Amino acid sequence: MQRADNTTSSGAEPSPSPVRAYLLSCGSSSLADRAFSALMLVCALSIFAIVLLILVELISGSKLTIQKFGMSFFFGSAWDPVNGNFGALPFIYGTVVSSILALIIAVPLAVGVAIFLTEMCPDWLRGFLAFFTELLAAIPSVVYGLWAIFVLIPLMRQYLNPFLIKTLGWSGIFAGPNYGIGMLAAGVILSIMILPIISSLTREVMSAVPHAQREAVLALGATRWEMIRMGVLRNARIGIVGAIILGLGRALGETMAVTMVIGNNPRISASLLGPGYSIASVLANEFSEATGSLYLSALIELGLVLFLLTFIINGLARLMILVTTQRGSGVAQ
Amino acid sequence: MSARLTWRKTVNVVMLSLTGVCTLLAISVLFFILGYLVYHGGKDVNWDFFTKLPTPVGESGGGMANAIVGSGKLLLLAALIGVPIGLLGGVYLSEFGGRTVPFIVRYTADMLNGVPSIVIGIFAYAVAVMPVHHFSTVAGGFALGIMMIPIVLRSTEEFLHGVPRSMREGAMALGASKWRTISSVVLPAASRAIITAILLSLARVAGETAPLLFTAFGNRFWSPGWGQPIASLPVMIYTYAVGPYDDWHRQAWAAGLVLLGLILVINIIVRTILARGVSAQRS
Repeated sequence: MQRADNTTSSGAEPSPSPVRAYLLSCGSSSLADRAFSALMLVCALSIFAIVLLILVELISGSKLTIQKFGMSFFFGSAWDPVNGNFGALPFIYGTVVSSILALIIAVPLAVGVAIFLTEMCPDWLRGFLAFFTELLAAIPSVVYGLWAIFVLIPLMRQYLNPFLIKTLGWSGIFAGPNYGIGMLAAGVILSIMILPIISSLTREVMSAVPHAQREAVLALGATRWEMIRMGVLRNARIGIVGAIILGLGRALGETMAVTMVIGNNPRISASLLGPGYSIASVLANEFSEATGSLYLSALIELGLVLFLLTFIINGLARLMILVTTQRGSGVAQ
Repeated sequence: MSARLTWRKTVNVVMLSLTGVCTLLAISVLFFILGYLVYHGGKDVNWDFFTKLPTPVGESGGGMANAIVGSGKLLLLAALIGVPIGLLGGVYLSEFGGRTVPFIVRYTADMLNGVPSIVIGIFAYAVAVMPVHHFSTVAGGFALGIMMIPIVLRSTEEFLHGVPRSMREGAMALGASKWRTISSVVLPAASRAIITAILLSLARVAGETAPLLFTAFGNRFWSPGWGQPIASLPVMIYTYAVGPYDDWHRQAWAAGLVLLGLILVINIIVRTILARGVSAQRS
């Protein structure tokens, strides 16, 4: 057998492969190799350069207010560009409260969607449903805002808010004049926007849970829901929390839709129906009209706060997702 | 015992149907939004919308031709910045480097991807608007380009990982240098996927409004050249939606429909191309 092989190969004319001839004609110097890899390294490292540059620009741009106000910038609640008095508390409050509202609404829904898609849905339907939920993420922020102004807000003003005032008005959280626009409206529109992010990442970490876990719990006589709760959700919990935090990061920085519905009033009120303001919306509204270097510096410092906040939150969330998916695949092997 | 079993079974059915309800709710919200866009915007998407300039305030009619061209110009600039850097960086992550450098770059790219677009807008303002003291098309394109880099980088890397190792080894065995292997074997093999990735990233930044507010600003007229403020569809939607005129609101709906239609068409085309590509590779 071997001999036959030898004879055939030595018998045939050794014709140079056209591919090899082509490659040789193109030249293959190590210089080109090195130049090419260096160029690509520069492109890859440009990511760091961008992050650093953003940080440097934001810090140098906000030097004025950092020096003048220091920490009191974060605790002052007066925003008075005319007299040069800047406090960021109403914006920080609005950003945090609207984002937390969004999480309260979006998380149960998103986890529900993820469970349905990974554990329950028949295969032929899964692709379609996953595609539709992810299309929610493709809708631009400004289109959400447009829809919210003309559809969501009137609906809330007419049906949801009077109902909330009647049933929960005593608590003080849902009180006051019913404008429709306000913190709650921002929370609702944000929840729709972060739902696809949370649900798709939750799906990812849930599918990383090895099948043996599911089968083991089922073999002990658990119902399907108990299997999901004990076998899947418990194993994926760190990753799910990561997905939720990532959604939080998205909600904190969301600009256009929030600007269009939150009411744009730098006031801290206990009622969620009252108008508020968020860091991103004050930037969107006032940045291009800021006059005076102190005003501009205060706005840039708000941008710096937003940048650091979302950067840290995203880093944390990615780490949690990474830990879960890697551990999951580790067990599977 | 039997009561407990009944309880467990009840909980099972209730929770499982709740997850179904969640999914139904999420998808109905999508169709609720799409339906309203088509219902409100459909009436006003006409020939004028694509060919005429906005009319002066108070006069009805007119269109958004300048904003459509503006969005196109901004996306072109964004692609010129974002695609080469993101593509080459992605190739580096997938083909070169050890484990740590690509890991850190990937991680940072993901974090950069999560930075709010309005912050990118401030950055572009500081880099491209402040030094020249006026808003410009270039500044807007720069902001969008910066946003595209991490998206293109990550998806390029992901798709290159899908190219079988044996193809690289085959090229190397024929004596190809590393960059020849990549440029004539690996990249062509993944070309379809990479083109779809670029399209998707364009679709993603096409709807961005926040970074354009104080870089490209807006313009009610044509914007010749690259150095002047320029109108774009998302910013027009924003200005018209928060404006006080009924006519503006109608046009905002029409613009929303056009913008979303564009984005959804890209998304759907890309998914079908990708699905076909994958099945072709498998068979």
